[in-house]
Parts: sequence; structure tokens; C-alpha cells
Amino acid sequence: MTSETAGNLTWTRPHLLGLEPLSTEEIRFLLDTADGFREVSTRSVKKVPALRGRVVVNAFFEDSTRTRNSFTLAAQRLSADVIEFGARGSSVSKGESLVDTVKTIEAMGVDVMVVRHAAAGAAELVAQNVECSVINAGDGAHEHPTQGLLDAYTIRQRLGRANNDFSGIHVLIVGDIANSRVARSNVHCLTKLGARVTVCGPATLCPASFRQFGVDVTHDLDSVIDGVDVVNMLRIQFERMKSAAFPSVREYTQLFGLTADRLKRAKPDVLVLHPGPMNRGVEIDSAIADGGQSGILQQVTNGLAVRMAVLYLVTQARQT
Amino acid sequence: MSFLPQRDLPLNLGLMPDREVLGPDAIAGAIEELASAVAQEHPAGQPLNVIGILTRGETLAARLRTLLAQRGVDVRRGVLDVTLYRDDLSEIGPRPMVRPTDLRLDVDGVPMLLVDDVIYTGRSIRAALEAITDFGRPAYIRLAVLVDRGGRELPIHPDYAGRLLQVPWEARVNVRLREDDDRDSVEIGSGTAAEAK
Repeated sequence: MTSETAGNLTWTRPHLLGLEPLSTEEIRFLLDTADGFREVSTRSVKKVPALRGRVVVNAFFEDSTRTRNSFTLAAQRLSADVIEFGARGSSVSKGESLVDTVKTIEAMGVDVMVVRHAAAGAAELVAQNVECSVINAGDGAHEHPTQGLLDAYTIRQRLGRANNDFSGIHVLIVGDIANSRVARSNVHCLTKLGARVTVCGPATLCPASFRQFGVDVTHDLDSVIDGVDVVNMLRIQFERMKSAAFPSVREYTQLFGLTADRLKRAKPDVLVLHPGPMNRGVEIDSAIADGGQSGILQQVTNGLAVRMAVLYLVTQARQT
Repeated sequence: MSFLPQRDLPLNLGLMPDREVLGPDAIAGAIEELASAVAQEHPAGQPLNVIGILTRGETLAARLRTLLAQRGVDVRRGVLDVTLYRDDLSEIGPRPMVRPTDLRLDVDGVPMLLVDDVIYTGRSIRAALEAITDFGRPAYIRLAVLVDRGGRELPIHPDYAGRLLQVPWEARVNVRLREDDDRDSVEIGSGTAAEAK
């Protein structure tokens, strides 16, 4: 019974800036709420009136298509009006500061601002300067909370953990851990739910300092691949690397790519995740991405339910 | 404000303990009567979508489905969460959990019986009617409740009511069903009615 696992928790946060500050109960509540929203997308009329008359603005100061579209559709399915704001072609390119820009957007009468920015802490800075709700859609290498939640929700769904108890599940996150907000949000979310998490990547991209978050750190994929239940393959973010973090793409694939050979050594029912967009043939083989163990398209579908849940909860929290 | 019935009689119930008004036998009897009344209007073999409003409404609907099936009605199951359709979210205190709706059945042209535990302001039923519209167009919709406690704020009334209770508007009517709360009981208590509904 979802209502029981939720206990008597009342969601009081008007913003979602990261998963690190959330309690285990709050994360469970978010996943249970997302479960309630999943059904909406299966209807012939894929819309509910929960946010009718509210305005959601996508304030994306960094490129994004899938996260932005997912938030837009989620807001529309809740009957909200959506404004798209992009840094290109706006006053940001004329030198306007972030705070001035978001205050100007807010003055139009906005209820929720979905913020993506290349600088860690940007969403928090925005939240401190506006009255409306703020949802972090990725801030630098800090957090991407809705991605962490949708990954957890996909694991809950595929591994049959409707009670949100992830104990006994071993999740391996592979790739550019150091530069990845997805890795951080995943680590916070999964460890709070009771999963064991191992992060893996080249030493230059997978710092031992991650142990402070309660995870194992390894630089040898082959030594851990056989024991895990979930493999989350992160994208190599060529655009974020300022210097060569590994000798060549070919070597990276040899050591850290999810190839057919490697997958054979994993558990037969291992779940393969990827936050997208994929570099096919670099961090993940094409056939694996499209194969039966892949949860990649499910992640996209679940992202919609998770974002509907978050939009709904932060709006309700601000209303009362 | 005098045009609001029942709202001009503020009774201080603050110190009154919860009082049981229906016990297990009375509840079982009321549900039997509901089933008989519904079955009388719905001939055996005809399809009837029995839709429970989460949470207690669905528990009640599950019991009704069993009794209706015994009487030969071709019962289909549906579950409705109306949270996203409510117009009083900010008034009902702690935000209720959004739970999955399950209306994977033929809605169009089929009679529907909507089931809830208590009817009070009528706002949940209004929300339910709006939700159902998004799924299709039933032949007609009837409403069955275990308890009608009066106090309507909308022109909505049940077609089948197990028991009528006359209670002050600020009283709280608690329906407990053993599947959810380990015993069958209807209690009247103090506290805000909004918390109960």
C-alpha cells in the first residue's frame, strides 16, 4: 500500500534543489507520488487539472532537449502554462546577470521555475532570489535531482521494489563521475534508499573522494561487473573536459565501455541504464542500448511521471 | 452566511471523545442493503462498472462487488484517485498522496456505480465526475455511499446511502474498514471535518 509506505509525511519543500538534503522518507514519498502520476500518461486524455492556471517557466541557461521537453510535457499534462526561456537570443547574451534575468522572468507571474545552468549552485542562488518554486534541472557538476529520482524509480519498477527498500541491490555507476551531476544525485538517492553503490571510471574522472558519500570507488570495471544488479552508464561529456582525462576514446571503450563481452560476465538479469544522450559505441554498445536488459526508454517514460510529481508537490507546498 | 445550512450552529466538540455510531454488524447490514438496492436496478448479466474512490471508497467498492456478483450482476472493477481534480487542495490540510488510478475498462456506454465511504461537501464527487469525463462517457453514473452526513456545498446527492447521520458541520466522521484499519466502525469525533475528508 503506497499510502502506508508514505506514512504521515507532509511534503513541505517549495523547491527541489538536490537530493542530498532530502530525508529517506521524502525520497520515498516522491517515488510513491510519481507512481500515482504514471497512469496519467496511459490515458487517452493525458491531462489532469492539478496545475490549471499556474505558470511554469523553463529557464535553461545550458543546452538541453530531453530534460527540457520532459519538463514541458510534464507541466502540460498537469494543465499548467509553460514559458520557454533560453539563454541564446536573450539578454543573458548581452551580459545580464543570472539573478537579474530570473527576477525579470518571475515578474511575469511565474509559479515554478525550472532552472538548468552550467554553474554548480545556480538553482540555489535563484531560489534565494525569487518567490516562486525552483526546480533544479541540473547545475554544473552538482546535482540533477529529477534524473536521480527517475533512475531510482526505474530500478524500483524493474527490480520489483514497490516498497522503496533497495537493500540488497548493488548499483554500479560507470564513467565520468567527477564531472557528473547525474552520478551525485544517483549516489545520494540510492544510498538513502539502502542500495550499495559503486562508482567506476578512469582515475582522472573518478576521484577517491567519492568515498565520503558512502560508496565504493574502483577503476577496474571488470573486477566488479559480475556482482552488480544495475549498471548505470554515464555519458562521456566531451564538452565538460578541459584537458585530456584519458588517452583516447578507443582506450576508454576498451576499459570502461559496456560491450557485449562485458555484459556476458554480468548477472543475466542485470539492468542497464543510461541518462542519455548516448555516445553509441563509446560508453555503451548499440545492441545493448536497444536490448532486453536496457531500461533506457523506460527511464524517459518514468522521467515524465517523476517530473509531474515534483511539479505538483512543490506547487502545493508553496500554496499552503 | 445564514444561507449556509448547518453552519450557523457552532458546537464546541473539543472535549468530546470519539463516539461509535455504527459497529461491524450495522456496517455489514448497510452494505448488504446497498448491494440489494443496486442489484434491484441492475438486472443480472448486465455490465456495471463499480468504481471505488481511493482509499476507503475502494475498500467499500470491493465488498460491494462481491455482493453484487453473488446477485448475478456482471461487475467490472475500477479505482479512482481524485486528488488531482480537487478544487480544495489547500483546504484539506496535509497534502494527500497521489495514488494510481486504474480505469482500464470500457467506460463508454456502460452504466457506472461510483462508491465512496462518506459524502459531505460533495467536492470529492464533483472531482470524481470530472475525472471520469477524461476517460469516457458512461451510460449513466450512480453514487453509492456508506454514510451521508449532510453538509453539501454542491448540488450532488447519493442515489444509494447506507446510513444518514445528522452531525454538526465541524464534527469529524471517521469510517474505519478492517482491510485498512483492522476493524469496521463509524465514529463521530471532534476536530476539523476537513481532515476526515
